[in-house]
Amino acid sequence: MNMLKLPIYLDHNATTPCDPRVVETMIPYFTEHFGNSASRNHPFGWQAEEAIDYAREQIAKLIGADPKEIIFTSGATEGDNLAIKGVFDMYASKGNHIITATTEHKAVLDTCKHIEKSGGEVTYLEVNDEGMIDLQELEASIKPTTILVAIMYANNEIGAVQPVKEISRIAKKHGVLFFTDGTQAVSKIPVDVVKDGIDLMAFSAHKMYGPKGVGALYVRRKSPRVKVTAQMDGGGHERGMRSGTLNVAGIVGFGKACEIAMQDMETETKRVSVLRDKLENGLMKLEEAYVNGSREHRLPHVTNISFKYVEGEGLMMGFNKDIAVSSGSACTSASLEPSYVLKALGLGDDLAHSSLRFGLGRFTTEEQIDYTIEQVSKTVIKLREMSPLWEMYKEGVDLDKIEWAHH
Amino acid sequence: MAYSEKVIDHYSNPKNVGTLDKSQKNVGTGLVGAPECGDVMRLQIEVDETTGIIKDAKFKTFGCGSAIASSSLATEWLKGKSVEDALKIDNMEIVEELNLPPVKIHCSVLAEDAIKAAINDFRVKNGMEALKFEESVLH
Ligand SMILES: Cc1ncc(COP(=O)(O)O)c(C=O)c1O
Ligand code: FES
Repeated sequence: MNMLKLPIYLDHNATTPCDPRVVETMIPYFTEHFGNSASRNHPFGWQAEEAIDYAREQIAKLIGADPKEIIFTSGATEGDNLAIKGVFDMYASKGNHIITATTEHKAVLDTCKHIEKSGGEVTYLEVNDEGMIDLQELEASIKPTTILVAIMYANNEIGAVQPVKEISRIAKKHGVLFFTDGTQAVSKIPVDVVKDGIDLMAFSAHKMYGPKGVGALYVRRKSPRVKVTAQMDGGGHERGMRSGTLNVAGIVGFGKACEIAMQDMETETKRVSVLRDKLENGLMKLEEAYVNGSREHRLPHVTNISFKYVEGEGLMMGFNKDIAVSSGSACTSASLEPSYVLKALGLGDDLAHSSLRFGLGRFTTEEQIDYTIEQVSKTVIKLREMSPLWEMYKEGVDLDKIEWAHH
Repeated sequence: MAYSEKVIDHYSNPKNVGTLDKSQKNVGTGLVGAPECGDVMRLQIEVDETTGIIKDAKFKTFGCGSAIASSSLATEWLKGKSVEDALKIDNMEIVEELNLPPVKIHCSVLAEDAIKAAINDFRVKNGMEALKFEESVLH
């Protein structure tokens, strides 16, 4: 047997390693080709600009956009902010109502909270137990003042993929713009801004084997021509929508990452989803294990599983020097609340506390998956032996009937 | 956040995991926390009726590594102590012994609460009044 190299990384929804091919492409842009792409009058600037233009093409191609529709940002957080606040400011004369969902990333939800404080109105759509929004409810929420529907393409905790084409059709029918946070979906599944009817989309390089701190906001230029109000004042870069000297090396890496993703997506998706299914089936052999969210409309590399009667952080501690995953348990965070995404699916707090998210990636091997199944299963069994809840469950005690001392 | 050696040690080799017969008069059981809060601790003591010394202690915990370690440590400390001395165990001693960071202090509070609940259960079973404790630190 080959030597299994530890620790194993299964947290690819949090971030991904840079692909060595990406790093190699970036290196010259730190030293030799260090120019500012806005320097119009010497070869250093020209070279940088050329590199940016090329990357813009690589990135646009992956999502079926025109290069002119790519606005570089520092990541998806900035893209989410720029899209939502930028539309809110730009289209203030049309209305002030935004529709989003309760399972969005904090970068969207907190931006919407900010909009509410600035006089906007926000509707937060609930999701069903699979994590999907209800299209009829979406349509019914649209009013004359609605300017934007902001629904993510795929969820970062459970991988649920929303019916983006249907959402955009509804938005279009009512003359409302559609923004999607594509951070988790782009490079993992085919995303095409034309076919999907997307008007604005934020995404980020570090979730697709590119560097951290670089991302893009796609802003449609034709039918309709969309504009966002800049949220930072300065030199007027990126067609006036986002000022600031471009992160040339980062953008070059982002471009390369998109090119690789485009080449390899089909084979990679197949390979990774086979491994994910193996992992999921292996872990589902444990008693009282539940997959969270849709298994049908889901990213190929994610599974989120609750192991009832064991707590997520305690569980991770059993193997986290060797295997990196994440949990929706409150004990892992500074807050005392378990994952709001899992709760939005209707999971009880107890199941939310018991969840683990596994995110596979480009360099995940079958050996790693076998090892993970073995280690996680062993730890679940061991901790259940230590769990008073497991003992009660096994004795047939109804845990809901116990009067717990709530805090 | 990295765990202290001692937390890892108690987590990997927990002391006194198990169940005592709660129908026995000399066994006190404390069940604290709630599944919705992500932590439930059950701590039991078995008291020698002639000497008043805790001869055995067992726990089961649903919670993070620090909660498991806190309860494991608590059972170790309880064994051989008189019930009166057991009442003096303070959660901050657990925090110090295990080097718990501030966000994990509530896991030690839970252990102190469990000790007190077990002692009260024992007292009530044996015709004594339950002791009143100040409301412990909130979670
Ligand atoms: C869905 C989603 N949106 C936004 C972000 C934030 O991205 P970034 O780290 O590029 O700011 C993330 C990553 O954590 C994400 O998963
Ligand atoms: S039990 Fe939740 S932090 Fe310890």
